[in-house]
Amino acid sequence: MSAAKKITKKAGGLGQLMIPLIALAILILFNLIRDPGFFSIEMVTNNEGNQVLSGNLISIIDSASALAIISMGMTLVTAACGGQDISVGAVAAIAGAFFVKVANAGDSITTGSFILGVLVCILGTIAFKMFNGTLVSVFKIQPMIATLILFSCGRSIAYWINGSATPQLVGPIINAVGKTIPGIPIPTPIFIVVLMAILLGLVFKFTNLRLYTQSVGINQGAARLNGINPTAIKLLSFVILGVCVAVAAVIGVCRLHQLNHKTLLVDIEMDAILAVAIGGNNLGGGRFRILGSVLGAYIIQMLTTTLYAMSVDPVNVKAYKAIVIIIIVVAGSPVIKSRVTALFNRIRTSRSIAAAGRGVE
Amino acid sequence: MKRREPLSNTQLLMSIAIGIFVFMYTAAIIGLGGGFLKFQQVFDLLNDNAYLIIIGCALTVVMIGGGINISVGGVISLTVMACALFLNGTGMQNGLGVFVTLLLALGIGLAFGVGQGFLVSYLGIQPFIVTLAGMFLSRGLTTMLSVNPVKVTHESFLALSKTKIQIGFLGYVAQNGNQIPAKLEIGAVVAILVVICSFLMLRYVKLGRNIYALGGNQQSALMLGINVKRTRFLSYVISGLLSGLAGFIFIMHKPAGNASVAMRSEMDAIAASIIGGTLLTGGVGNVIGTFFGVMILATIQKIIGLSGLNDSWWQDMASGALLGFFILLQSVVLSGREKRRAQKTASPVLQKG
Amino acid sequence: MQNDAVLTMRGIDKQFPGTKALNKVDFTLRKGEIHALMGENGAGKSTLIKVLTGVHEKDGGSIWVEGVEGEAHIHSPQDAQNMGIATVYQEITLCPNLTVAENMFIGRTEGQMVRWKDYEKRATEILENLGIPARARQELSSCSLAVQQMVAIARAVDMNCKVLILDEPTSSLDDKEVAMLFGLMRDLKSRGVGIIFVTHFLEQVYEVSDRITVLRNGELVGEFAIEDLPQVELVAKMMGKDLNDLGDLEQVGAKHTAADEVVYEAENLSSSDARTFDFSIRKGEVNGFTGLLGSGRSESVRAIFGADRVTGGKVKMKGKDVKITKPHEAMKAGIGYLPEDRKKDGIIADLSVRENIILALQVMKGFFHPMSRSQMEAFADEYIKALSIKTASQDTPVGSLSGGNQQKVILARWLLTHPDYLILDEPTRGIDVGTKLEIQKLVLKLASEENMSITFISSEIEEMLRTCSRLIVMRDRNIVGELTGDQLTQAQVMKTIAGGEQ
Repeated sequence: MSAAKKITKKAGGLGQLMIPLIALAILILFNLIRDPGFFSIEMVTNNEGNQVLSGNLISIIDSASALAIISMGMTLVTAACGGQDISVGAVAAIAGAFFVKVANAGDSITTGSFILGVLVCILGTIAFKMFNGTLVSVFKIQPMIATLILFSCGRSIAYWINGSATPQLVGPIINAVGKTIPGIPIPTPIFIVVLMAILLGLVFKFTNLRLYTQSVGINQGAARLNGINPTAIKLLSFVILGVCVAVAAVIGVCRLHQLNHKTLLVDIEMDAILAVAIGGNNLGGGRFRILGSVLGAYIIQMLTTTLYAMSVDPVNVKAYKAIVIIIIVVAGSPVIKSRVTALFNRIRTSRSIAAAGRGVE
Repeated sequence: MKRREPLSNTQLLMSIAIGIFVFMYTAAIIGLGGGFLKFQQVFDLLNDNAYLIIIGCALTVVMIGGGINISVGGVISLTVMACALFLNGTGMQNGLGVFVTLLLALGIGLAFGVGQGFLVSYLGIQPFIVTLAGMFLSRGLTTMLSVNPVKVTHESFLALSKTKIQIGFLGYVAQNGNQIPAKLEIGAVVAILVVICSFLMLRYVKLGRNIYALGGNQQSALMLGINVKRTRFLSYVISGLLSGLAGFIFIMHKPAGNASVAMRSEMDAIAASIIGGTLLTGGVGNVIGTFFGVMILATIQKIIGLSGLNDSWWQDMASGALLGFFILLQSVVLSGREKRRAQKTASPVLQKG
Repeated sequence: MQNDAVLTMRGIDKQFPGTKALNKVDFTLRKGEIHALMGENGAGKSTLIKVLTGVHEKDGGSIWVEGVEGEAHIHSPQDAQNMGIATVYQEITLCPNLTVAENMFIGRTEGQMVRWKDYEKRATEILENLGIPARARQELSSCSLAVQQMVAIARAVDMNCKVLILDEPTSSLDDKEVAMLFGLMRDLKSRGVGIIFVTHFLEQVYEVSDRITVLRNGELVGEFAIEDLPQVELVAKMMGKDLNDLGDLEQVGAKHTAADEVVYEAENLSSSDARTFDFSIRKGEVNGFTGLLGSGRSESVRAIFGADRVTGGKVKMKGKDVKITKPHEAMKAGIGYLPEDRKKDGIIADLSVRENIILALQVMKGFFHPMSRSQMEAFADEYIKALSIKTASQDTPVGSLSGGNQQKVILARWLLTHPDYLILDEPTRGIDVGTKLEIQKLVLKLASEENMSITFISSEIEEMLRTCSRLIVMRDRNIVGELTGDQLTQAQVMKTIAGGEQ
């Protein structure tokens, strides 16, 4: 294949990423104009006496970690099941509860109890997600309705698991995971995001998950007649989402040094769905780009941080967020897209006519 | 002689909801006794949940058309706050002030309905995203108007809100021998009227039937000559308008605005619709069922409250369990019907000759 | 506009990105005439219809409709409906959640209020008048597909249309229902309605039409009176060639005598949709299942493939017992299945042509063994060439291909898996004559050169007679006969279907 063709192919592959990339570019540009030093990074010494990088850019990428991870899983579930899981926040609370209960079991948190806590947390979360998954894949219930159940009572279940309102977490490991590992200037959650991305990438490379998931999402019946098991794929997507939720919950709990079942990752389900949509993914299932959703997550976080930096009152952030989201989504809507393409075509045609005219002379 | 047609899906699910409500209420009477026997109890449920009944209808209408609107709670809170501030600050006293407030409430609801309807229907954006943004926007605007709670001080309004319709013969005899009539708030009456009007619209007005068609098969609706875009647009406008109305009813019931008004009520509205037999996929739904869905949720809330159990924990678990039960029920009932129908149509009758 | 014409289209152009779908096409429809519109896939038939019904906007040309002043401007289905143009599509375009009566009147009533009693009365009248077995208050989804189709036609009939367009109306109807439909059409004809009849069934065209318009590659080939155009010439015009090809088939396709080895054998096989039956096929044999619509042909092969829930029976593949209850197991055993409904069960629309082609093979290789990109591209290239699949590139979403090419993609998919036993359920449905012949030739080639066992199901008996060495006849979900050798004639098939085994 010629070089030119290869390049066009790559650009075509970027098609789905157009919207998030443009949005990101606009946001970055906006910030740079408003405050050139916005993205500056510097080394400071943090509370624990370690040298760490600090600055808005770091803070954005760091704070968005939980959302980015959950968005990955949410993308898969959306692609395979054609619907959204609105219980991720509530299940995160449950995950956090499992983790805290096990990790705090002894007098202090050791590496051992930490790891055990993470394992139990992941397994427990998978169990709850499989509840959702079973309702969706076996009982054929719409995802948003099926997950409404845990959405309603998930946080209460978390409370029940732990028995007390806000258990505290103390220990160097907690700090290391929630903030930074001593000696490494970049916050740990960022590494975890990268790790998850790599893991997911490996799964895609060494299995047929992408092909199967997209097939099931686009035409479940046809997928089945090709030997794919739609029920298994859908369940698997929920399991992966479960792992993502568990990891995000651990990050969240470590960051705050406590588990508050009411506020842990609250409203994150909405943000996750938004991230998936901004990422150019079809909320009705089918083809997907994980990268798009992750970009969407960072865009949402950057938006929030930008607003804070502009001294917008935290309680009003929601309103501005809404407006920006509407703009982004409208720009990506099929109607607007086709109008813009038509406009470009007209410009191109008139240009070529003009060029041809000149050529004749 | 007319043959009775088998119950349609929506009628069946609605009947189940009604049945469960009756069952639950009876259980409450038996279990928790006296209080539930009074009509006042039912009236209290209606009074407290009038706003929920109204947005339940709003959501049912949108869901029948295959859409969803999760901004209703936010719109209520914005409406409540705006009305509270307006009432306190306005120079218009008496009935005029109240009337203008009503217009304000409807106006806010209408604005959201029109805006969201436009984005969903004419720009083709996913309803979940649009109404999610609507929810964010309305909640955000609420706090922008006032971070602190605002108590209404407008005299005429307060007088109106305290007005109750007295129905003597449904009352009860108090311990001191006085006849105490059952009291129904204006809001409750409005809610019932909304249910009736919604029912009539969905059943007898062209727009209502078009909404059903749209939800049943959008492509077909288009081919049948229905203006799909306009129908969808109007369904969102209606839901917006009803949200505004629900806000007005809410503030009449609790004359104060604050940021946490009607939190998560959109989920309650969706739950009530589902319980009442509305399918999220569209084309199937019934406001009467939704009404009973709200009543079921409200009854459970009351039962929990009166039993002295830990309020919010049991609330959540109960709604979760209830939802789970009805969702599974829907799925089982509908798939059972599908199987039986498929068997019937599978072997066509070969006529002799 | 001609005096007796209800519809005149002149010089219609329509451009899509990459293709010119219609190029200066003319079409005339007279009062009280049944006019067949024919052409291969990609000829432009459905585009012409969609332009007429307001689904697409024409880029050039003019349309005149009787009763409309000046040129007709049709921008939406509503416009078309208002002008008296009614359409009944192949896919049911009614709402399954509404009642029969409501489906007949929705979208075209005056006023805002819905008068249920009136609807039901009128609907019952119309249904009885036309002999349609449905009740006015019945929910449409509880009617069979055929009845739903007839309700759609009843709706169009009631609208006193001037132009009635029937787009492949008979694809899902059995012979009795087709007869009923033709009766309706003649009735309308006598009332002066002009009917545009789009179909692939040649015999039906000759049974009921007055004139034929043939399109080819977006252009008008010609308009003919039915008596002036023998079947043979019609096919030639549609394919743009001479008709010796059909004759050639008899020679090229010598039916392959199968070996003695039995490749697949089923005993007492039954499924949720198929009654218990026995079946076996030998290596290199081509057999067919025939019978009226609904006789159980598709259900039987689906049971073989495990596509439906298998409820009993023993299955042997190449002499060894195997368990086949799911498609995956069938594939592992060496069976392939081309489904009847390619849109619903076949193509994965948003995925590329390449992904659709390699899908089955990939699944057989296993979840943990993805093929390399170059491997996939090579396979796709091979079959795009081998089957002459018309597509812009491997990456084109398969949903944007024409029906015939989509069918070829699915065929490629299963050929790629090199099954021992391939089941083809209506592989030529909705496909133009030229491709039909290609596929029939291919079937014979696979049987003779690769010793593949093939089951071929088709609604057109001639196709099966040309390719199969053994025909299993079904009626009412039971096997009523098996024909071989000299018995393989249309007459014998009919007799067997009608009267059982003889």
